[in-house]
Order: sequence, then C-alpha cells, then structure tokens
Amino acid sequence: MPGEYVPQQYLPILIFAVIAAVFGLGQLLIGSLLRPRHAYRDKLLPYESGVQPFSDARIPFPMRYYVIAMLFVIFDIEAVFLYPWAVVFHSIGLYALVEMVLFIAILLVGYVYAWNKGALEWE
Amino acid sequence: MNFSWIQLVAIAPEIVLTIGACALLLFDLVIPRDQKDKLGYFAVGILIVACYGSWKLANVEADVFFGMFTLDPYATYFKMLVYLAGALTILLSMTYLEIEKIHLGEYYGFVLLSTAGMMVMVSAGDLIMVYLGLELLSISLYTMAGFKRSESRSIEASAKYLILGSFSSAILLYGISILYGIAGTTNLKALGTFFAANPLDNPGLLVSMGFLVVGFGFKVAAVPFHMWTPDVYEGSPTPVTAFMSVAPKAASFAVFLRVFAEALGGLKPHWQPILVTVAVATMILGNVVAIVQTNIKRMLAYSSIAHAGYALIGIIVGGGLGTMSLMLYLMIYALMNLGAFGVVILLRKGGMRGEEISDFTGLAKKNPVAAVIMLIFMFSLAGIPPTAGFVAKFYLFMGAVEAGMVWLAVVGVLLSAVSAYYYLRVVMVMYMREPSGDFDLATSPATSLALVITTIAVLFLGLYPAPLIDATKAAILQIP
Repeated sequence: MPGEYVPQQYLPILIFAVIAAVFGLGQLLIGSLLRPRHAYRDKLLPYESGVQPFSDARIPFPMRYYVIAMLFVIFDIEAVFLYPWAVVFHSIGLYALVEMVLFIAILLVGYVYAWNKGALEWE
Repeated sequence: MNFSWIQLVAIAPEIVLTIGACALLLFDLVIPRDQKDKLGYFAVGILIVACYGSWKLANVEADVFFGMFTLDPYATYFKMLVYLAGALTILLSMTYLEIEKIHLGEYYGFVLLSTAGMMVMVSAGDLIMVYLGLELLSISLYTMAGFKRSESRSIEASAKYLILGSFSSAILLYGISILYGIAGTTNLKALGTFFAANPLDNPGLLVSMGFLVVGFGFKVAAVPFHMWTPDVYEGSPTPVTAFMSVAPKAASFAVFLRVFAEALGGLKPHWQPILVTVAVATMILGNVVAIVQTNIKRMLAYSSIAHAGYALIGIIVGGGLGTMSLMLYLMIYALMNLGAFGVVILLRKGGMRGEEISDFTGLAKKNPVAAVIMLIFMFSLAGIPPTAGFVAKFYLFMGAVEAGMVWLAVVGVLLSAVSAYYYLRVVMVMYMREPSGDFDLATSPATSLALVITTIAVLFLGLYPAPLIDATKAAILQIP
C-alpha cells in the first residue's frame, strides 16, 4: 500500500476539530483559573434559586411513563416527517401522497393496537 | 430509471408479509386468549402466500427502485430459506408458548416482520437497504429474545442483544459511511465497478472493510464477535433461539457474500486473509468450547458459532463453487438445526425444563422415536453420512481444496472430528444410560409436523442431494 497517501479533503475538518478542542478546553482552563471559589450549601444545590429539593431524584417510577413517552416520540416523528413532505409535495405528486398514506396507515395500526391494549390508560 | 407502479410487483412478497403482520396485530385484539394458535396458522398462511409470490418471481432478474432493490434468483433462494425457517419456527412455537404461558399474538407478528426484514436484506441492492433490512430484523429479534418477561435470563438475553446489536450496527454504519466517502456511492453494483477500475490506494478503505467484517461478523456470530451468542441463545425462549440460530444467520451470510463479492470483489486479495483468520478462529473456538457445555442450548450456540466458521469458507472460496456450497450449507444447516431445537422444545413440559444435556438421559428407552430423531440431527450436525450435514460439509471443503487452500479444508475436517465428540455425547446419554424418571413430551400435531418435515428433509438430502444442488446452481449470484 502506498504510504504517502494524505486525505487532503479532510484537512479542513482536522483544523476545525483542533480549533474546536482548543477553544472548548481553553474556556474551561481560563474559567478555572479566574473564577472565585466560595462553596456554600445553597451554591451546591441543583437549582440555586429554585425550590428546595426534598428527596432523592433517583426513585423508581412507573413504566407507563416510558410507554407514553415512546408513543409520543413516534407521533412526534410523524409530524416532523410531514413538514418536509408538505413542502415538496407538489414536485413529487401522487407518489408522495400514496407513500404518506401508507406511512400513516401503518402508524394507525400501531395506534389502534396500543389503544386497545390499554397503553393509553393511566389506571 | 423512473418510478413506475409495475415495480411494486417485484416487492409483492414483502408487501404481503408486512400487511400480514399488521393484520395479525389487529386480529390479535379480537381473538380470545385461548385461541392464539389460530394466529400462528394465519402467519403460516401468510408465509405460504408470500412463498407462492416469490416462486412466481423466481426467474425474474430486475433492479427496481433506482437500484435499491435487486430481485434475482440468488435472493429468491434465500427468501425460500427464510420462509421455510419462519414457518417451521411458528409450528414449533405454539405448544411451547402455551406451556410457558407467553402465548401472545405479537409473537407471530414479530416472526413475520423479521422475515420481511431478512427478505429486504437478501434483496438489497444498496448498502442503505442492507442496513434497513438488518434493523427491521434485529429490532424484532431483540423483542422476541425477551419474550419470557417473567424470567430474568430472558430479559438479560434481550438487553444484551439490544446493546451489543446496536453497537455492531453502528460500526457497520460507520464502515458504510467511510465507503461512501471513498467511492461516492452506496450502490453495490456501482461500488463493484468503482473498485474494479480504481486500485486500493486509500487506508480508509481497509478501515471500512474491517468495520464491515465486524458488523457482519457480529450478525453471523463469528469469533471474535461471538460473545453475545451463548447468553442470548440460552436466555431466549427455545423456539426464538431456533429461529435466531438459523434464519438471520442465513440472511446475514447471504448479504455478507453479496457485499464482499459484488461490491468489494476487486479487493478480494485484501479481505481474504482477514476472513481466513476469522474463519479458523471461529471453527476452533466454537468446537472446542462446545465440548465443555452442559446446557444443550449453550452447546448448540457454540455449535452454531462453529458452523458459521465452516460457512465462512464458502465466502473465502467465492466464485461459483464457493457461492453454491454456501447456499447449500445454509439451507441444510437451517433444516438440521431447527430439527435439533425442535426436540429440545419437545422436552419442555410441566416441571421439566429439558435444557440440560442430562435431561436427555435414557430418552431412547422411554421414547425411541424422539431419540432417533435427535440422533439423526446430531449425526447431521456432526457431518456423518448418510445425513444432509455430510453433503453440506463435503461441498464446502471441496470448494476450499479446489481453490488451493487444502490446509483450510484440513482444519475444517479436523475440527469436525472434534465436534463429533459433543454431538455424540448427546446420543450416548440418550442411548447408553438408564432413564431416571419418566418422560412427558410436549407433542402436538404442529410440532410433530415440523419435526417430520425436517427429519425427512435431512435424510432425503443426505441420500439424494441432487435437487437442492441443482437449485443452488441455478441461483448462483451473478457478478458482472
């Protein structure tokens, strides 16, 4: 294999990465050198001017949150897909309509299924 | 090439399976709990319809959807394989799921969806489609592995498979992206022309090739990417293990060969040494570690690792004979491995788990038929004539000899001899020991049907393999 290969197109990416790293680390370094250090109780709270925490945040909580969150994400993605689709709809035409109807139909099956299995009921 | 509706005909079998899976989920809502096997038979019906569709398309060769999807006899052969594996798995599942009290309709939906994923994989004309099919397959399998929700081993299997599987998918994608950066395309045929015309002058290419080997190596459970296999195979419900060890492996090998022979064919001198190393390591580790296993599912997991090593020889040899022997091997392996797991499934009843090799003690005295069937599958897996396993291994090793890699064939044969030890130990336990208790086998018409099909096929192909050999020869991957 020739050893003198240099991927020149990637050079800007390398320079950019180096600058980004130097900038980020430099900020942290300067900050740690310059900032005053007064650690007291209120300062160490998660929200310095917020409500006082009254218990540990790491408690088990119901699986239902996850199910609801998952369903939310799916329909969120559907909406995200609909936007670019609507923008280019005229230039694609009937094909685009059929594709989107299929996509929504598959989601609809999932929705009916989830509803009937009681995924949307809290109790 | 423009889009025309006629192209939909090419993916009709995939459409049938997907609609079938969606319909199955809806039927599941109205069918009472004790009649879920109806859904199983419905799923088998869907597979038969799709199989008929593929049969009708068997001689069609076409690139559709802008080269994304390739329909050729090679893909159709593997589609037939996954239909068969899917249908046999469903037949083996019904009683088992009933006994484990996890008889849910979704299960059959997942079998259909993963089958559709494998069909997309074997027909992929583009690396993006390879990935799409792989994900559809993998996500269904992650869920199926964790189907025994009440058992921690099953959850562990699912979680392990999910985490490691996502990781390997990411590595595969990384390899694909580097390949795209170099060649400017992800189409397999275009990549093939590109690498035939341009010499390898880019270290990135080796990196991406390495990543592709890791990604596919994980899916076919080749050493050193096999770590997940024993735990996942042991923890998953047995029919899922049977399915996992057969169909995804065959589909992954199909796409492995297609990518490496078609897209990276011009670089064969560079990837051949990598695959030879992986194949030898896989054969050695799989066979040697299988010897010490006491759990039959773990033993079959290591045996499936070893078989992946044999099958890799087919890719290494390549060309007509290599492709043909790989196709033959995967079909026969599917039949014998599903059969062997079928007998393991039979033993699961009541308080009996039937997952330890010692559970087979004295089976021949109490149930000679089941013992003989297990004997046939163990002989076949070990590659002893007159079973199909012998024919399969014979062609693979012959391919290695013809390609001038005699030493590879010798390694394979020697390790097959090692494998005889652990396969025949099961036979020994069944025939030479006195049974300690009574056997109560979970037989049902569906399980019996699946076992009869696999047993007859293994014996028939062992004695008269010509029809299958002709089928593979007609379906060899054509590389321009």
